[in-house]
This record gives sequence, structure tokens and C-alpha cells, in this order.
Amino acid sequence: MGIIGHIGRYFLLLKDTFSRPERASIYWRRTVEEMDLLGLKSLGIVALLSFFMGAVITIQTKTNIDSPLIQAWVVGFATRQSTILEFSPTIIALILAGKVGSNIAAEIGSMRVKEQIDALDIMGVNSAGYLILPKIMASMLINPFLVMVSMFLSIFGGYIAGTATGIVGATDYLQGIQTGFIPYHVTYALIKTVVFAFIIATVSAYQGYYTRGGTREVGISSTQAVVYSNVVILIVNYALTQILLI
Amino acid sequence: MIEVKGLSKRFGNTQVLTDINAVFQRGKVNQIIGKSGSGKSVLAKCIVGLHVPEEGQVLYEGRSFHDMDRDQKKEVRQEIGMLFQGSALFDSLNVLQNVLFPLQMFATMSKREMEERAHFCLKRVNILDKDQLFPSELSGGMQKRVGIARAIAMNPKYLFCDEPNSGLDPQTSILIDDLIKEITEEFDITTIVITHDMNSVMETGENIIFINQGRKWWEGTKEELLNSDNKELNEFIFAGGLMRQVKKAMTGRS
Repeated sequence: MGIIGHIGRYFLLLKDTFSRPERASIYWRRTVEEMDLLGLKSLGIVALLSFFMGAVITIQTKTNIDSPLIQAWVVGFATRQSTILEFSPTIIALILAGKVGSNIAAEIGSMRVKEQIDALDIMGVNSAGYLILPKIMASMLINPFLVMVSMFLSIFGGYIAGTATGIVGATDYLQGIQTGFIPYHVTYALIKTVVFAFIIATVSAYQGYYTRGGTREVGISSTQAVVYSNVVILIVNYALTQILLI
Repeated sequence: MIEVKGLSKRFGNTQVLTDINAVFQRGKVNQIIGKSGSGKSVLAKCIVGLHVPEEGQVLYEGRSFHDMDRDQKKEVRQEIGMLFQGSALFDSLNVLQNVLFPLQMFATMSKREMEERAHFCLKRVNILDKDQLFPSELSGGMQKRVGIARAIAMNPKYLFCDEPNSGLDPQTSILIDDLIKEITEEFDITTIVITHDMNSVMETGENIIFINQGRKWWEGTKEELLNSDNKELNEFIFAGGLMRQVKKAMTGRS
């Protein structure tokens, strides 16, 4: 199947996914379960990554702009801006595409090859809606929370690295992270996060839903889910940046 | 009653089914037999609507399934129970939750009534004591029983069983066959069993259809099966030594 065919089938799957649920209460319960599985269980890796990401940004910024003409607070400013505008929403989305995306594709793909999706269809359950919609809702609800935690920990990581190594003083860093703060940048980051969450859940679910064959094909679907989610995220990231920031 | 009229199905350039006509009677175990790759599973999937045939119709009590709108198809599907070859139980749900699943999705009854119904179905297939176990903790035979319990939970009019004996030992196979036959008669269901297990055919088959090279090659009862002079059918059913001995014992000729 060519790329146009895949795009067409992806949108047809979305149409089925968003058709009226059989029992809204069951969908909501599944959404809450997915929020735990896809979101809260990713908190550890997000926290670890964000802390060290902030630390590295601070050290690299300082070493690259070490000039008497540039004020010390710029390190904090640069760390905050890079974190909020790009690192937290985009890098965390790419990490989640790897962790959550492969999980979604493998789970749905396994259900396909074990005929569990056929079982749902024969019962009269809208399998696309039942399996995919709660994952989309959960990702779109929980990922902004993860990204806000990431923003805080990244900036905090920068503070710890900066003050512990002595490359930037606590006062300068704190002044930097407060200087020229534009609240809209957080909104922009959260909009990106919600869009990326939708991409991760739907692209990965698409790969899993149309898996054919056996366990080997489930593995291939899982890998493709990560690759295609990342590609789409990077392209959409560029488009959203142009639309929302310029 | 389910009726199939002039059904043809192909995948790409491969013609899998050609002009299949068949009637599956209510209250009977109707069997579709044939070699692996003959098209019997595809026929079953066309009947339940998982595949859309290029030509022909599937009539449920005279209503054409493929001409129905989405909601009508959904209604018919809620009257269908299916036992899959690999059981297709949901891994993340325990036995009771698997049987409760279709009830929770569609039934208009209280939580207590749903649990009573699920317990009744599990008791009917003699596996009530395993209701808290997960599918991975069950043997193949137990998984089939749970699959049957889930299939009958919604009081279906139609029961499809895809290779119900695959992977089971002969004794367990007979138990599953007997269970399918009992349930068919007890609840007056139209049952369609897809199999290539001749033991199962001789045990439960009432109306048997032999599919070969994607065509309906032969149709009859199990008594007629043993006396048929259809060459391809004989090659299929008497491929094993046991069936040759059965024929010899019953007809006096090998």
C-alpha cells in the first residue's frame, strides 16, 4: 500500500474511532486506566530525563557564552526558554513516542494477531473506538501534566547543576528564569504537547490495528509506530512553531 | 437459519471462494469441513461479516447482512457468539470479566443480573470454580470452555466455532464437541463449526458441507459422508488410518 493509501486508511480509522461509544462509562473507566498506564507510569523516565536535560543545557549554555559582555542571568534565561519552547514539549514527546507508542502498537497488534479484535467486532463492539479512543483521550489529558513536570524539573536541574558547579550563582539563575517571561510560551508548549499526544496515540494505534501475521509483525509494527510517530512529530513541530510563534 | 447465496470472495488476484450456496439450520450443528487453505475460515468470516464478499449474499432469517446499515449489522452481531481457534480471550481480563464483557457492553440489566448470567454460563461449561483466573493460567481446553461461555453470554441465536478442537487432546476435544452439541440443542441455536477434525465431524456433525478449492464440493449428513463416492471427499476424510477402519467396520469395505 502506498503512502496515500495509508493516509486514507488512517483517517478512516479515526472516523471509526470517534464514532459514538457503546457505553460511555466503560470508555471513561478505560481512559482513567490508560492515564495510569500511558502517563503516570512514564513519570519516572520523564523526571530523570528532564532533570539531566536541564543540567546539561545550563552547563552548555554557560560554556558557549562565557563572555564579559553577556550578563550572568542569561544562563537561566536560556535554560528556561529552551526548556519551555522546545526541550520539554518536543524531546519528551519523542521519548514518549518510543515508550508509549511502541506499547500501544504492540498491545493492539497482539490483540489483532490473537483474533481479539475480531472477537470485539463480532460482538458488535466498535473495536477501533473501544481500543483507541481511551488511549487518545488519556494521552491528551495526561501528557500536558507530564510536560509541566518536565519543565519544572528541567529548570530545577539547571539550577542544581549551575550552583553546584559554581558556573552560575543562585541569584543570577533565579533572575534569569524570571526575566522576560511570556506566559504564552507555556500555552504554546502545551498546545504542542496535546497535538503530539494525539499523534503518538493515533499513529501507533494505526500501526497496531492493521498488523497482519504473527509476533514478528507485531515487532515490526511496534518499531514502525516509533519511527512514524517521530517523523510526524518533527514535521508537525515545525508547522506549529511557524503557525503559533510567528 | 442462515442462508448463503452465490457467495464469492477473492483477495487481490486470488479467488478464495466461488459461488457458495448453503443453508445452515437452526438447532443443528452445521459443519464446514475441508483441507487447510480450502477457504472454510474465509467463508465463516464472510458469514459473520468480518470479510465483505465480492458477490453473493448472507441472509440471517431472510435479511441480507451486507445490505444492512451499521446499526442493523450491530444488532445482528449481538445475536452472534463466536468461539475462536485460539479462544481470543482478553488477556487483561479474568475469566469472569471475559464472560461479563459482552453483557457490560450491551445488556440492559443490573450489575447483579449480569454477574448471575455470567456465573450461569460458566457453570454451564463446568468452569465456575476458575472464574478469578486469567486466560494465561488456563489450559487450552479450559480456555475453549470460557470462550464458549463468553459466546453464549448474550443468548445468541447463532454460534460460530472456528476449529474448536485445535490443540486439544482427543478426550478434551470430545468434551468440547459434546458441549457445543448440547448448547445448540438446549438453546435452539444455529451453530456452524469449522473443522478438519473427523472425530468432531463423526461426533457432532448433522449437516456437513465440504469445501474444496474454494467451492462447495459436497453436502450431506455424517451417515452419507461415509458412503459418498465423491473422490476428493473420500481423499480428505479417509486420509487417516482410523477413519479407514471406521468405514471398514461400518460398511464392510475399505
